[in-house]
Amino acid sequence: MAVTTLKIDGKEVSANEDETILDVAFQAGIKIPTLCHIEGLTDIGACRMCIVEVAGSNKLQPACTTKVKDGMEITTQTARLKKYRKMVLEMLFSERNHVCAVCVSNGNCDLQTLAVEHDLTHVRMPYLYPKTEIDASHEWFALDQNRCVLCQRCVRVCDEIEGAHVWDVSGRGVQSRVITGLNEPWADSDTCTSCGKCVQVCPTGALSNKGKATGEMTKHREFLPYLAQRRHDHK
Amino acid sequence: MLLEELTAIAEKTRSERKEISVRCCMSSGCISSQAEEIKKALEMAVTEKNLGEKVEIRQVGCMGLCGKGPIVSVESEGLIYSDVTPENAASIIDALAGGKAVASQADPTHPFFTRQMLVVRSNGGRIDPDKIEDYIEAGGYSALYRVIHEYAPDQVINEVMKSGLRGRGGAGFPSGLKWSTVAKAKGDRKYIVCNGDEGDPGAFMDRSILEGDPHVVIEGMAIAGYAVGASLGYIYVRAEYPLAISRLQLAIKHAKRIGLLGDGIFDSTFNFNVEIRIGAGAFVCGEETALIASIEGRRGQPRPRPPFPAESGLWGRPTLINNVESLANIVPIINKGGEWYASLGTEKSKGTKVFALTGKIRNNGLIEVPMGITIRQIVEDLGGGTPDGKKIKAVQTGGPSGGCIPVELFDTPVDYESLMKVGSIMGSGGMVVMDEDTNMVDVAKFYMEFCVEESCGKCIPCRVGTVQMLNLLKMILERKATIRDLEALEELCEMVQNTSLCGLGQTAPNPVVSTLKYFRNEYLELLQPLPGEIIA
Ligand SMILES: Cc1cc2nc3c(=O)[nH]c(=O)nc-3n(C[C@H](O)[C@H](O)[C@H](O)COP(=O)(O)O)c2cc1C
Ligand code: SF4
Ligand code: SF4
Ligand code: SF4
Ligand code: FES
Repeated sequence: MAVTTLKIDGKEVSANEDETILDVAFQAGIKIPTLCHIEGLTDIGACRMCIVEVAGSNKLQPACTTKVKDGMEITTQTARLKKYRKMVLEMLFSERNHVCAVCVSNGNCDLQTLAVEHDLTHVRMPYLYPKTEIDASHEWFALDQNRCVLCQRCVRVCDEIEGAHVWDVSGRGVQSRVITGLNEPWADSDTCTSCGKCVQVCPTGALSNKGKATGEMTKHREFLPYLAQRRHDHK
Repeated sequence: MLLEELTAIAEKTRSERKEISVRCCMSSGCISSQAEEIKKALEMAVTEKNLGEKVEIRQVGCMGLCGKGPIVSVESEGLIYSDVTPENAASIIDALAGGKAVASQADPTHPFFTRQMLVVRSNGGRIDPDKIEDYIEAGGYSALYRVIHEYAPDQVINEVMKSGLRGRGGAGFPSGLKWSTVAKAKGDRKYIVCNGDEGDPGAFMDRSILEGDPHVVIEGMAIAGYAVGASLGYIYVRAEYPLAISRLQLAIKHAKRIGLLGDGIFDSTFNFNVEIRIGAGAFVCGEETALIASIEGRRGQPRPRPPFPAESGLWGRPTLINNVESLANIVPIINKGGEWYASLGTEKSKGTKVFALTGKIRNNGLIEVPMGITIRQIVEDLGGGTPDGKKIKAVQTGGPSGGCIPVELFDTPVDYESLMKVGSIMGSGGMVVMDEDTNMVDVAKFYMEFCVEESCGKCIPCRVGTVQMLNLLKMILERKATIRDLEALEELCEMVQNTSLCGLGQTAPNPVVSTLKYFRNEYLELLQPLPGEIIA
């Protein structure tokens, strides 16, 4: 694989051509906000938080799925990018019920952290708050659709790492919902091994361990890069 | 199959033709207004009048004047009958034997017909789409023969390059460049995909091609396969097009039967097969990466590009994906040469484009016009203006991804760059005429509703942004919005355009942006004053 050099925020960096902008920025200590990305799973470019500007192109590119090219000049923080990222977050907060004060993940939530980082103090749009279900049928875990941001991390970890493919997305547009099995209660899924990986990777309080009170749910993701590497070596 | 056999089929078909062909449009539109009964009535009349020796009734594809269908034509007599009914159909046959036709007639010398330039639709309305012999008689499959025996693959690509053909699916990407990328891409296998998902509301250009001349698409795909090194092609057609699907199925069967598809075509080493895949009617499945996911049996959701399908498409293999109309242009390009094709149209937009002309217009239907014709010529000359003499206000092109062009800009030529410059796009060929009674905010709302329905939901800007834009449009229409809401709407438009994952989201704000650009007053008139603000 060819080694290339490029510039991120004016800093010269070297990279392999199969690396993404996000990988290379991370190695160079440059932080790009992400939400659907999680180290160890295939990236899908869904949340758009990681968009960056690439010189010579008027299209913004998601850092998590865009491979680097020799001579690229990338800018990760501009007024425009910050404004768009903040609006994307505003969209999420207007979409479903994210009242942090009563959430099990209060204080330990990727969405909340991003909102603070981006100074999102209020939402200008009407709240959509669709009527969504809570599935607490599983012995240990619970799903609260109100907090789901449709990042598909649960879908990917269960499919790519656990190999159970319990999760999927049904419906489309704002009607999209994550589902277990053939849209049946989680407890009825024949394939769920109750490994808990989906709960750990979920960025918000949408997936949690049962019995947690407000703010008590912390997530542990150390296992993921390790397992992903093991899987990779095995192939 | 050898060339002699092909010629023999053509000659036999020609010799069996009767003196007078009465053509009866049997495309979805006319069938829905009793074309089948009309055809039966015509056949009965021929029997009754004992004209069987001289007159034949043939089913053909769309003749264009869909708004006045069902259409029956007698080309040898220069007659086109419109709004035919099963009751008055027999009089058309009477007229051939000296009687008088009571069915109304369209004027074949009207600009609607004379200003058209038929390249992709040259067989449409002339051949029976269910008979491969008809297609062969019209010269069909001889381009494929010549390509296989006389052209190296890169010569074929060169011809497409020379033609200047650009993708008719909406984006206008140069087809020759795409073909050569796929040809150069490395892969143990390559695929051709024909995109027949046609989801723009009101559009039916591709449907009419598939229904009226399925073989021209199949032959185009085979030529593409030869050029890029693929031996399998998929035609992706939406399930709402049952007639197109059944005609394609029959066409593929016929082509296979006589060895025009399959192994060793025309006694060469070239193998090519075509399979049909049926889409379940999601607009987003027309987006190429979503379409590929759908063919692979996965949820039809777009993924970020690059990699483009030309490098990594179906099952990770290099895949050439072209629109129906793009592929239907290939046979004429091979037959008459890339240079000939490049002589039609404008400097950067070559050839012709098929449009579905609808809305407040006298002659609505399908038209094929040379690139560079102006909107005014289409609307006033071909379209004949509004049916009730009302003033025309604007034309919408490009469907939910496009924009409105106001009447002051009707001298804009129809080419990719000019339409883009005035804030719309060529799109796939929808053209909706709006009169003075149309409320442009309402128009924007209509298209936004469509995008909300059709957003796949994968990325946040499009999933939520389209709903919020629709909410704001509704508030404006209900006279509940202030200037602040309009500002929020404009910010949303910009954000959704710039951050969405695929073309659906990236273009969803266009109808709002273009109506705001040309008809801002209509928005402002609906706004409420801010608290404390006095509007003079
Ligand atoms: C939301 C969306 C819907 C699309 N629908 C269609 C379609 O129905 N038919 C089509 O040919 N192209 C459609 N396209 C464009 C395709 O992605 C692709 O560009 C095209 O099929 C390429 O063929 P061409 O180069 O011959 O135009 C769509 C694109 C988007 C973003
Ligand atoms: S607990 Fe494990 S197996 Fe069950 S859904 Fe979650 S990730 Fe999949
Ligand atoms: S449940 Fe959690 S991990 Fe799954 S899509 Fe929703 S937010 Fe993402
Ligand atoms: S832009 Fe819309 S249709 Fe395209 S991926 Fe995003 S949500 Fe899906
Ligand atoms: S982190 Fe890149 S799109 Fe979500």
